[in-house]
Amino acid sequence: MSDERSVRLVVGLEVHVHMKTRTKLFCSCATSFGDPPNTHCCPVCLGMPGVLPVMNREAYRLGVMTAMALGCTINERTKWDRKHYYYPDLPKNYQISQYDRPLGEHGLLEIETPAGRKAVRILRVHLEEDAGKLNHAPGGEECSEVDLNRAGTPLLEIVSEPDITSVEEARAYCTSLRQLVTYLGVSEANMQMGHMRFEPNINLHVAEHGETFATPIVELKNLNSFRAVERSIAFEARRQLAEWDETHRTLKAAGKTTRGYNDDTGETFVQREKEEAHDYRYFPEPDLVVVTPEASWLEELQQTLPELPLAKKDRFVREFGLGEYDAGVLTATIEMARYFEAVAAASGSPKAAANWVTQGLAREMNERGVTAESEADFPVTASHLAELVRAVESGTINKQAGDKVLRAMIDTGRTAGEIIEAEGLAQTSDAGDLDRWIEEALAANPGPAADYRAGKKQALGRIMGHIMKASKGKANPRLVTERLEKKLSE
Amino acid sequence: MGIQRSEVEKVAKLSRIALRDDQVDLFAEQLSRILNYVDQLNQLDTADVEPLSHALPVANVFREDVPQASLTADAALGNAPARTAAGFKVPRVLDDGGSA
Repeated sequence: MSDERSVRLVVGLEVHVHMKTRTKLFCSCATSFGDPPNTHCCPVCLGMPGVLPVMNREAYRLGVMTAMALGCTINERTKWDRKHYYYPDLPKNYQISQYDRPLGEHGLLEIETPAGRKAVRILRVHLEEDAGKLNHAPGGEECSEVDLNRAGTPLLEIVSEPDITSVEEARAYCTSLRQLVTYLGVSEANMQMGHMRFEPNINLHVAEHGETFATPIVELKNLNSFRAVERSIAFEARRQLAEWDETHRTLKAAGKTTRGYNDDTGETFVQREKEEAHDYRYFPEPDLVVVTPEASWLEELQQTLPELPLAKKDRFVREFGLGEYDAGVLTATIEMARYFEAVAAASGSPKAAANWVTQGLAREMNERGVTAESEADFPVTASHLAELVRAVESGTINKQAGDKVLRAMIDTGRTAGEIIEAEGLAQTSDAGDLDRWIEEALAANPGPAADYRAGKKQALGRIMGHIMKASKGKANPRLVTERLEKKLSE
Repeated sequence: MGIQRSEVEKVAKLSRIALRDDQVDLFAEQLSRILNYVDQLNQLDTADVEPLSHALPVANVFREDVPQASLTADAALGNAPARTAAGFKVPRVLDDGGSA
């Protein structure tokens, strides 16, 4: 028998996504962030007796859209259930959620990992309402304060199968999901605003002495950043292995527990188990009727699904001949992808457009601290950038002049054409001018000229540099090179 | 189908209802009677009956995603047994991660 052992990390993720609707899930109060407490509440979301919740059509549509994009089967009949627990942020003492008939089931999310692409199975997608917010010890008082503005706002819960086997995959899964919901317009997925919350279920499969043991599953609650997901899972993996070595307790013996995560220390800790917390006493919500989406409506919705991130990336590689990396950068957000495609189409040179967007423009945006969250955030419009791309591709100006023009475009709002004209940046292809600069350069650089003739081809660079300087960058480099090489081989 | 005392106690606890000892017996007996009554339905052959999750023959009731006026904060807090300047005041909730 071998003493070798192998340890496999097994992770499933529950992700809550805050949806981009104007109103709450079951009442017409506005969804809001950062408004004064309890100013977006009505009898329904306050849980007053005798009120009737009514389903938000848009929330349902966005939910189904997400489930579709994840390749889920959309249930022909979906319903709502009450999940009971007592906590001061839950005014009704139950949460309206979906139990046995979620709106979608059995899908896939394809993720990119350092080891290649991988499909993570999706168990279910369902809608539920969020709870309110608790402010502990406001103003130092010995009490807690409840703000119900968030109570009843729509959440989409997406649950994966335990297919994730590394910290890197967990991160890739979370970022892919974020990318997907922003592509779909389902959520702003703003991490700072808590639009995504992650709950990993983690255990280890330890193979030793010819047997495989599963360690007790730990569920981590309410992580709100990708970094927290990575660090907490890494910590749990180490902790569970140490615990296994010490106790040899298996999943069968110990079941599942809930732990919290401290982002300051990067460690997880035991949480007080709420007594019988898992007995939620689900039952069908009598105040809401079932939803039976029509096949024609589903068909229509399927047609409106945008091209999804990985499909878009693959198309950019295939159609435009872009590298994997650039295609990834250009599809990172749907705003970026749209912008790039507009520049590519208007310039007629997709590859050059890709370079300008990922390099020149990205650099300028970085320097100015601009991030593009909507098309309006790009410092120059797609058609203006396309004009610049055309000017460089056609040889009207060279690349260096192009960089200068781009800066001027951003600073002044003028078009490339206007700036080239005003600054006299257009390249010279006039043979007389070019020859004059070449003669001067050769006269000033007899050494490099001799080197070149002797076979040192890189000596050309010195001479070219002289010409570009003398011409203030206006000499058409392609023509200069041609004429210079010809001259030197005479 | 009988409901045991222990089940009544468990449900009462989950529901945050404090029962006296004699009430536990009373409800165990009453709940058993109710369940036995409903249990008669099991005598029927329901193989051909579609499951029902709602008593109304209605489906797909939606409202449009258009905001309406909410209550003022003062009105929202009007029925609260206790309030702070801006919110509902409740006994201090210990964080789940608290040491207590």
